Amino acid sequence: MDWLIEQLKDQLVFSVVLSLVVFAAIMTAVAYCIYFERKISAWMQDRVGPNRVGPLGLLQPMADGAKFLLKEDIIPAFVDKPLFVLAPAFALIMGLAGFAILPWGGMVDLDGDGVVDVMCQVADPGVGLLYLLAVGGMAVYGVVVGGWANNNKFAFLAAMRATAQMLSYEIPMALVILLVVMTTGQLGLDDIARSQMGEGNLWHVCHHPVAFFIMLVTLFAETNRTPFDMAEAEQELIGGYHTEYSALKFGLFFLGEYAHMIIGSGFVIVLFLGGWHLPWVSFLQPEATSVWAMLAKMSVFATKIAAFLFLFMWVRWTLPRFRFDQLMRLSWKGLLPVCLMLFAYVTVLLYLGRQTDLMWTLGGNGVLILLVLIVAGTMGVPVSGRQGNLSTLPWEGAVRAR
Amino acid sequence: MIEEKDIINVDEPELTAGERLYLPQIAGGMRTTLRHMFKKKITVQYPEQKRELRTENYRGVHRLNRDEQGRVACVACFMCQTACPAHCIHIVGAESPWEDREKYPVQFDIDELRCIYCGMCEEACPVDAIELTPEYDLVGRTREEMIFDKEKLLMVFDRTKETKPRKNPKITGYSGTGCADEHTVTERGEAH
Repeated sequence: MDWLIEQLKDQLVFSVVLSLVVFAAIMTAVAYCIYFERKISAWMQDRVGPNRVGPLGLLQPMADGAKFLLKEDIIPAFVDKPLFVLAPAFALIMGLAGFAILPWGGMVDLDGDGVVDVMCQVADPGVGLLYLLAVGGMAVYGVVVGGWANNNKFAFLAAMRATAQMLSYEIPMALVILLVVMTTGQLGLDDIARSQMGEGNLWHVCHHPVAFFIMLVTLFAETNRTPFDMAEAEQELIGGYHTEYSALKFGLFFLGEYAHMIIGSGFVIVLFLGGWHLPWVSFLQPEATSVWAMLAKMSVFATKIAAFLFLFMWVRWTLPRFRFDQLMRLSWKGLLPVCLMLFAYVTVLLYLGRQTDLMWTLGGNGVLILLVLIVAGTMGVPVSGRQGNLSTLPWEGAVRAR
Repeated sequence: MIEEKDIINVDEPELTAGERLYLPQIAGGMRTTLRHMFKKKITVQYPEQKRELRTENYRGVHRLNRDEQGRVACVACFMCQTACPAHCIHIVGAESPWEDREKYPVQFDIDELRCIYCGMCEEACPVDAIELTPEYDLVGRTREEMIFDKEKLLMVFDRTKETKPRKNPKITGYSGTGCADEHTVTERGEAH
């Protein structure tokens, strides 16, 4: 035992062990995400959901996994073979790569001698946020490469949509992240998390509620989840980018999507909801460094992620999919101007040194919301963009004339 | 001929400010789905629970009725086989060993996979020997298993006669004139 602790005090060994633990936990979580997706969809539709495999259907993920493994893995003759094989792996790897820098539990003092030994984080690069953005941006390659390799026009259309969507939503997302970076002056994820704790510091969601909301919206778009799941719009695109995929390759896409959701949720939690921190709980403060505190912090972080995953599923089974032009309009005409205004406002606050003054930040947010309400309320074009509000086509003049 | 004045143009209703903002609508939808999460579930756990049939005359598996003496009621007239649009009934008739009818089926096969459960055989039968039962959970492992022979069809009768008694048990034989009321049957039966 002592020997083990002695080994774990080395950050490298600790990181390797942590990454293994996190990997195992994430893969299980992802499998159970699919189970809960089905369960929650069933509950929301007054059904019961999977309940045959094991008690309450809890062994369903194993059955699904076995099915994915054992099914025939078809590679159609017309596909671009190397890319076809590469794409699912890409989707999953990019989904998982982000976990390397999520701060799970802050500083840890393993042997209880009052000296901090390791960080409960696989790696803490100073540019953590940039790394996350890069990995998140790469995640679309799984979809794009998959759609291209399918050599099928529907899959290709899905890939094109995914690319355009990613480009449009990456910008508001980056701007919102920039707000956080500006207020904290940090890029490392653990530093950002810790800047929301302690005396006089609040979670960033208190300072930037609008930014938090925009982040949430872009997150749905980045992870290709409903209402922005244009890349796999069954009714229009068959299966979208995974039309030709079967067996384990299809399963990998699935896992990648959920891994992406988990990492995205973790990202938002670190940026806006204080990571593993809960106010007024003594062992969830950065000062608490015991092993038990670490475990408590990890479970708090995991619980927050679970709440986000529920939100993802809740939204998925509530909202219909956006039309593609609505999607684009929302990003370019809705989120982007709001983001820019917020950005300008926070810049001014930064100049005045008021970026952590709740009255100033919230006041600005309130004015912004009011402005948006006035503009959207008086503007003829609704945010959702109905078909009826599109300009009339010349040959429709007779029908539409009032 | 449709005149210009007959055409009514229907416009989408104007959106209110709340609808135009989209967000209050999202909140409303989310509330609805959340409420449904905790509602009573309507799922029927099928093999364990079975829903009651809503109709008395559900057309499920066939049966071959027995008469009062337990003999097969069929008189091998081939009416059902002729009426069957799916050609799923196959009968081999032979001279009847009994006094009250000329023929009886030696073999009576129905391909339950081919059958479309239209009930025309039941309509066609002059002695009400073939009937469709409300049994719907019809399963088998092979195609051969799903071709029901005479014994199997009589077994269906034995297990469903309690819940669905034979419509007209008095009719036992077939006069050959197409008119199958009790009177003629007895008359003919005695004549032979």
